[in-house]
Amino acid sequence: MATSSFISTRLSSGPSIHTPISKKNKLSTKIMAVMTPQTSDRKPSTTGSVKTGMTMTEKIFARASERTQLSPGENVWVNVDVFMTHDICGPGVIGVFKREFGDDAKVWDREKVVIIPDHYIFTSDERANRNVDIIRDFSNEQNIKYFYDITDRGDFKANPDYKGVCHIALAQEGHCRPGEILVGTDSHTCTAGAFGQFATGIGNTDAGFVLGTGKILLKVPPTLRFVLDGEMPDYLLAKDLILHIIGEISVSGATYKAMEFVGTTIETLSMEERMTLCNMVIEAGGKNGIVPADATTFKYLEDKTSVSYEPVYSDAQAGYVAEYRIDVTKLEPLVAKPHSPDNRGLARECKDIKLDRVYIGSCTGGKTEDFLAAAKLLLASGDKVKVPTYIVPATQKVWMDLYTLPVPGSGGKTCWQIFEQAGCNSPNSPSCGACMGGPLDTYARMNEPQVCLSTTNRNFPGRMGHKEGQIYLASPYTAAASALTGFVTDPRDFLH
Amino acid sequence: MATTASLANPNTFSSTITHRQQPPASISTFNAFTSTKQPSFKTLISHKTPTVIRHASVIAAAAASDSPSSAPATSFHGECYVVRDNIDTDQIIPAEYLTLVPSKPDEYKKLGSYALVGLPESYETRFVETGEYRTKYPIIIAGDNFGCGSSREHAPVALGAAGAVAVVAESYARIFFRNSVATGEIYPLESEVRVCDECKTGDVVTIELEKSVLINHTTGKQYALKPIGDAGPVIEAGGIFAYARKAGMIPA
Repeated sequence: MATSSFISTRLSSGPSIHTPISKKNKLSTKIMAVMTPQTSDRKPSTTGSVKTGMTMTEKIFARASERTQLSPGENVWVNVDVFMTHDICGPGVIGVFKREFGDDAKVWDREKVVIIPDHYIFTSDERANRNVDIIRDFSNEQNIKYFYDITDRGDFKANPDYKGVCHIALAQEGHCRPGEILVGTDSHTCTAGAFGQFATGIGNTDAGFVLGTGKILLKVPPTLRFVLDGEMPDYLLAKDLILHIIGEISVSGATYKAMEFVGTTIETLSMEERMTLCNMVIEAGGKNGIVPADATTFKYLEDKTSVSYEPVYSDAQAGYVAEYRIDVTKLEPLVAKPHSPDNRGLARECKDIKLDRVYIGSCTGGKTEDFLAAAKLLLASGDKVKVPTYIVPATQKVWMDLYTLPVPGSGGKTCWQIFEQAGCNSPNSPSCGACMGGPLDTYARMNEPQVCLSTTNRNFPGRMGHKEGQIYLASPYTAAASALTGFVTDPRDFLH
Repeated sequence: MATTASLANPNTFSSTITHRQQPPASISTFNAFTSTKQPSFKTLISHKTPTVIRHASVIAAAAASDSPSSAPATSFHGECYVVRDNIDTDQIIPAEYLTLVPSKPDEYKKLGSYALVGLPESYETRFVETGEYRTKYPIIIAGDNFGCGSSREHAPVALGAAGAVAVVAESYARIFFRNSVATGEIYPLESEVRVCDECKTGDVVTIELEKSVLINHTTGKQYALKPIGDAGPVIEAGGIFAYARKAGMIPA
């Protein structure tokens, strides 16, 4: 557990905090390309002492590859700080690891490997269950320090180690730290960029390599900078911000690039909101998302990790591929319409879309604050939902919060009490749930061609099960509002 | 060239690919050519000859049992299967099949049977026929952002297990591209133009890897491809591990 003295050391000796460029009040949503002019004819690599500015992503790569300077496009071997895998990729990773390094090989560092069953847990599918056994056997054999096991599928609460959704568990268990390199066998590993670190998804083979060597060959990505300013309207959430951005740049707009989020709005976001933002970077094709660490980050980490960390910040003269400036006060609640996360639409313009169900869950929209937001809107309305509304908390901790945390302004009611009063389904066991469909008996899987609005991250054909299912992606506010009407609904209908 | 003669007949090619995907029982890996324990493997790779293809060398292996000795070819040939833009990994291999573990040979084979089964019903021709494990289309032609979405390595693996040898897309999502190279399962090639608009499923095509060109024999048109570059030697070696051993990064 961290002691407060460690935090004060961190801040007093601290790195220069990156101050965002001061903002004027009315900023347009114009997209500008900004390239810093080269200040010297000498290339950095020719003179060791000459340094050009680096973005925070580049700095993390530099430190992890033990270099003082590098530029986007360079391929470098980096040291991995944390490696994560789960139940559907873990067995494949283990297979590669043993095949390539030998049956008796040991992982490079038993304290840097985090194994989190979370995808296909509450199912009777035999192979899925076997896969959890495989990762358990490996964790025992390797004496893996962090293996969040589940043995009793009938009652998740009977498993004290079990956490739930890997990306949320990583954060809650203190495995995400500024300045570090985190790789995981899941595309939404980019969520951890919210902590000012480099985090990205990799496949089984790369992962097997990391398990054995603790290193990975990566290309330094150039950075897209997103400056979000303005006071966050009370009907918007981070989900709306990222849907706006993806709609703006498309599902391949950030391919091979880092997405750096700065600005006065970002500074006011909580850690969970920053996680939502970074979570969907992959939906724009991004290599990683990143938010500079600040007091909010340090406070969150205070009671979660005792490992020391050193945040990095982009230099003022760092080079970016492009800079996008967004005035959040001009944004409205959004949806991503079927069948692509970049098929952006205004929630209010989709009010004729009839829904069959609403799903609130996943790493994107199943965190404590996501449920608090949904509960807040349901409370404001006082009505009952018109369609089946599925509640799937991401982790055990989130589940507990649903039943214990008072919802602000409710006179002490918990999220669950409000959900129950509104007629939502009881919260289901924490896991990835139906976000990606899963085995046929997965709770809330879409097995018929229905129309669903969800707080999840993808809506490609067949994503939640049925190929002809239609999925609208939205924020928890929009999800709650839509559940109340049975149609896609702008949350302002209830929040004002 | 003997190999060219065999390539002229697509049926021969398909059966050769079958051979590639079913390694001899003595080799524990599912890919016969990732193992550097076979000394003959080294003799296949000549750094003077650009982009030696292990697939073509398997064609030679099929003819000459375990010791490939014929000059390696650098082309793929067969019918192509055409898809559109943003084919995400859920369409390439739906989530319900992810319980199959790619490093287990029998499950690897099963993954092949589900390759591209997530495509919508508007795709009238299936990539792999129901009840089959292999495709008759060794080459896939796609639009933009092929392989977007989830990082599941099961995606290039399913394609490779089904018998695809190369994808020619306008562009790729990066994790899919990386996984294709790391596993050595398929060549993720990039076209300069929208080839998917000019080819139809069933067109007979040839890819000349050395010349970075795609020839559609059915339409008579040719298309330039971007050279595979640094990824080539990795795929050619059989994936990142085999390559790392060759390069001395990890002990052989």
